[in-house]
Parts: sequence; structure tokens; C-alpha cells
Amino acid sequence: MLKDFWENITLNQKLAITAWVFLLIPIIFYTTIRFYPTFEAFYVSFMKWNLLGSQKYIGLKNYQRIFGDEDFWIVLWNTIKYAIIGVPISLFISFVIAYFLNEIKFGHQTIRAFYFIPFLTTAVAMAWVWRWFYQPMPIGYFNIMLSWVGIPQQPFLKSIEQGLYSVMAPAVWAGLGFQIVIFIAGIRAVPKSHFEAAEIDGAGRLQILREIILPALKPTTIFLVVISTIGFLRIFDQVYTMTSDSAGGPLNSTKPLVLMIYEYAFDTYMLGRASALTVILFLLLLTVSLIQLWLMRKSK
Amino acid sequence: MADEEIKMSNSDQMIQRLEQINPTKILTWTLLFLGSIVMITPIIFMISTSFKTGQEVYTLSLLPQKATLENYIFILKESKFIYWTLNSLWVASFSTISVLFFDSLVGYTLAKFNFRGREIIFIAILSTLMIPTEMLIIPWYMMSREFGWIDTYWGIAFPGLMTGFGTFLMRQFFMGLPDELIDAARIDGWSEFSIWWRIAMPLVIPALSALAIFHFLGNWTAFLWPLIIVNDPDMYTIPVGLASFNGEFQMDWEIVMTASCLATIPTLFVFIILQKYIIKGIMLAGLKG
Repeated sequence: MLKDFWENITLNQKLAITAWVFLLIPIIFYTTIRFYPTFEAFYVSFMKWNLLGSQKYIGLKNYQRIFGDEDFWIVLWNTIKYAIIGVPISLFISFVIAYFLNEIKFGHQTIRAFYFIPFLTTAVAMAWVWRWFYQPMPIGYFNIMLSWVGIPQQPFLKSIEQGLYSVMAPAVWAGLGFQIVIFIAGIRAVPKSHFEAAEIDGAGRLQILREIILPALKPTTIFLVVISTIGFLRIFDQVYTMTSDSAGGPLNSTKPLVLMIYEYAFDTYMLGRASALTVILFLLLLTVSLIQLWLMRKSK
Repeated sequence: MADEEIKMSNSDQMIQRLEQINPTKILTWTLLFLGSIVMITPIIFMISTSFKTGQEVYTLSLLPQKATLENYIFILKESKFIYWTLNSLWVASFSTISVLFFDSLVGYTLAKFNFRGREIIFIAILSTLMIPTEMLIIPWYMMSREFGWIDTYWGIAFPGLMTGFGTFLMRQFFMGLPDELIDAARIDGWSEFSIWWRIAMPLVIPALSALAIFHFLGNWTAFLWPLIIVNDPDMYTIPVGLASFNGEFQMDWEIVMTASCLATIPTLFVFIILQKYIIKGIMLAGLKG
């Protein structure tokens, strides 16, 4: 029967059936592990629920509570600070390094490898190393080095002013290698003829940089800005590991959104409130992605 | 692209190099080199401290006066590091194999089959890229509680068994393959599955290896989800195990550094062997993605 059916249909029908057979397991996966949980997150965000009890619909109360909570605004601002400070700094450094690294031939691979290696490290492991460097004398290397040049001890992770930047530093450090490699790829994708033409016209280095390289790197830069903005907005590993005397401390000064979500969900089991926070994070990331699409379209 | 530049004849290269040597070049090179040393300093200190004794940790010297393996012995004996390594390896490998298989199967289907609904499926899968993991962890956790997936390998791995990114990447590459190749195999009577597996797949090995490296590394360093789904110390992955050192060995920095070393060294080792492919893969994925 089945064989008869298979032999009596057209090739295109056969191909369509094959396609759906290939897609069967993936469709089940995406439905149950991606789409259903997404809707559930929205759904639970309108519920009061503490894991053990039953869910109770409370409308927008979770959101109202979040927006009325002073800590939320501190955390949101921290999250944004990680991104709006971390992204320009890391992109500037990585572009400068990529620009010059692209020109050198001697030892190119080795030097590039050194810049790239931090990208491969485990954030938790490196958070430990940095946390150790930040310790007071006589343990922490940063303070030891500061003492050599006569600068007083710095509290780093233990200070409200410096904490956030101390956590940001290893995140910037770890991301540079990726950005450098992408920038170099972008610079190399500029057609050689453009450079030659510019040289014939007698353009100087700066002029070539400004009028050929930078415009050609626009898509690359937009891509990197978005990728790293999203990365910084989702920062968690470093904060959790480096500040765990009081996670996100001192006084919430380093706490990002994801850590707040984690605490609501898995420390206090306020799953409704935590879900509402994830929806807010989602909207934040969505905005960034939409801005990317808009910029990409505009640059074409 | 990079290779074409390198493939200049040797003598040409020598002449070019000699012409290029000037003070600015030397200064640039020196600064870049120093910067690269600064970049790996944390890793170097981590490695050197792992061989130091407790008293020596506070000296800035790079080489331990009395190099010792005691920290390593301590970690292997007193913590469950070996378990964690095996857990991480198992989860990352399983997940990577699944991603290589399914992402390329879906990517191929979307690139090379014409059927109604193709666009919708593609857009649906692409749209999952917009959904952050953080939004799904609570539903995943509830699901795992219900089905008893907590503290299981399946529980750690299931969210990452297929990815929108990998599907998109593979689709891009399969689209570049000529249709004639596939049609010819069809005429020869190949089954659709073997056309994909035996003809199309070998042609996209660079993309597959890039995807494999990315996904494996992502799983090896993943923290948030394993932290949530695993409670039993025997089931920790390496990052979760490392984070658990907080409190326990907090003041013994040489012990913590040794554990961090053990977590980092395997990836560095793999990188040194596969450097060319990894860098190429990142460039490839970055440009296509």
C-alpha cells in the first residue's frame, strides 16, 4: 500500500514529504523547548506563584511591583551601565589592536593568539583570578603594584563606586579577542583595489582609514556592537562569582538583571515576579536587535 | 583571503619585509606585543600560582621557588573535579553531536527542498534567536521538575540540542552548493538522506567544524543553566564546581587557581592544536552570521 502510494506521487510531492520527515523531530523540539516555554514565561509573569502553591492570576501586579521597587531601577541602571560603558571601551580597544595587528606580519599569528586566548577561557575560572588580583595587600597583585608607585590601597570589588567597573574589566578582557578577529576579517574583506586606488591618488594613512576602512567596516561594527551589547546586558557569570560574599554587592551596586532574575526565581521562589523580569529583559534585548536591523537597512 | 597574502614567494616576502622595517613599524610591533603579553598575564599568573605552595602565593615571582604538584593532588583528591570534568565532557559532546546532526539537517532541508511552509519554518527558527535563554530557564526548570530531569545529563543538555544560529549558519552554506550535484545523485537513485549525509555534508566540513568548536566551547563554559538544574555535587559541570569553591576553599588562592587552571588548560590545549581552524571558523561565522 505504502509502496504503491510512494510510487504514484510526483517527485515534488516526494521531496515535500521527505522534507517534513526530516523536520519532524526539530519541529517537536522547537515547539516544546523554545516556543511553548516562551509563552509560558509571558503567562507566568501575570501569575503569583511560589513554586509549591498554586498559580493565581494577578494581572499586571508583578510588573507594578517591579516598577515600584527602587532596587529594580538600580539593577536596570547597572545593567545598562555594563553595556554603555563596556561596549564602547571594548570596541575601541579591539579596533585599534585589529587595525595595527592586521599590518604586521612578523609574529602575527602568535600575537593574535595571545589576544584571542582570553576569549576561550571559562568566565567563572577567570573571575576567580581577577577576584584574587583585586584583593587587598598583601594578597592582591593590583594593590601590590599600586603600592610600588605610591598609590593608596583601592577597595575594588568591595566598593560601591569601583565594584561595577572591577566586574566589567574581566568581561571586556575576555571579549576583546573575538572582536579583534572579527575586525581583522572585516578589514581584510575590503577589496585590495580600493587601497591601491587610494594610494595612487596619494591618500595618506589617516585618509585611507577614514574614507575606506571605516565605511567598509560599518556592517562589521554594527554586528559587533549588537553582539557585545547583548552580551553585556546578559552579564551574570562574572558578577555571581566575583561578588559572592553578597552576590551583586556591595549594596546591589554590581547587580545586573540576570542576577536579580536568578535570585527571585531560585532563592526566594517568586517565579511570577522573576518571569516578569525576564520579559523585561527580553524587551530590552529585542529593542537592541530591532535597532540593529534598522541600522543595517539604513546602511544599505 | 588571508592565505593568498601569505602565499607570496619567499624572496618577495623578504624584500617586502626589509622595505617595511622602519621605526614606526618597530614601535607598533613592540606595543602590540606588550599588549598581547598583558592580555595573557592573568592566565600566566594562574598557571604559575597553581604550582606554588601556600606561603609563596603572595610573592609576585613568576617562577615558583619550589614548584609543587601538591595543589593538583589536593584538588583531585579532595574535590570531585574528575567527576565534573567527565560531566562537562559528556554533556558538551552529546550536545555538540546533536547540534551538528540536527542543525545541518534542518539547514539543508531549508536550503535545498522546495515545499509549502518552508519560509514559515525558517522564520520561526530564526525568531528563536531573539529569545534569550534567561527567559526560558524558569519554564525549563518547571518542566525538568515535572519530568524528573533535575540532576541528570539530559537535564543539563536538553535546552541546547538544536540552535537557531547553527541552523541559519548551515543553511547559508548549503545554499552555496550547486543543485546539479543533488539532482545528479537523485538520478543515480540515491536516497535523500544519503545525498545529504554522503554528498552535501562532506562539502561543508569547514562550517561544521566552526559550529562544533563554537557549540562545544559554549557548553564547556556554560554556567547559568547548569547552576540551576544541578544540585548534586556529583553532577556539577566544571564551571558550577568552580563556583562552589566559594566559601569552601576561599582563602586558599593557590587551590582555587589550580582548579581554574584545570578548567582552562584543556581549551587552551585544543586551541593551540586547532588555532588555524578556530580563527577561520570565527571569521566565517562572524561574516555569515
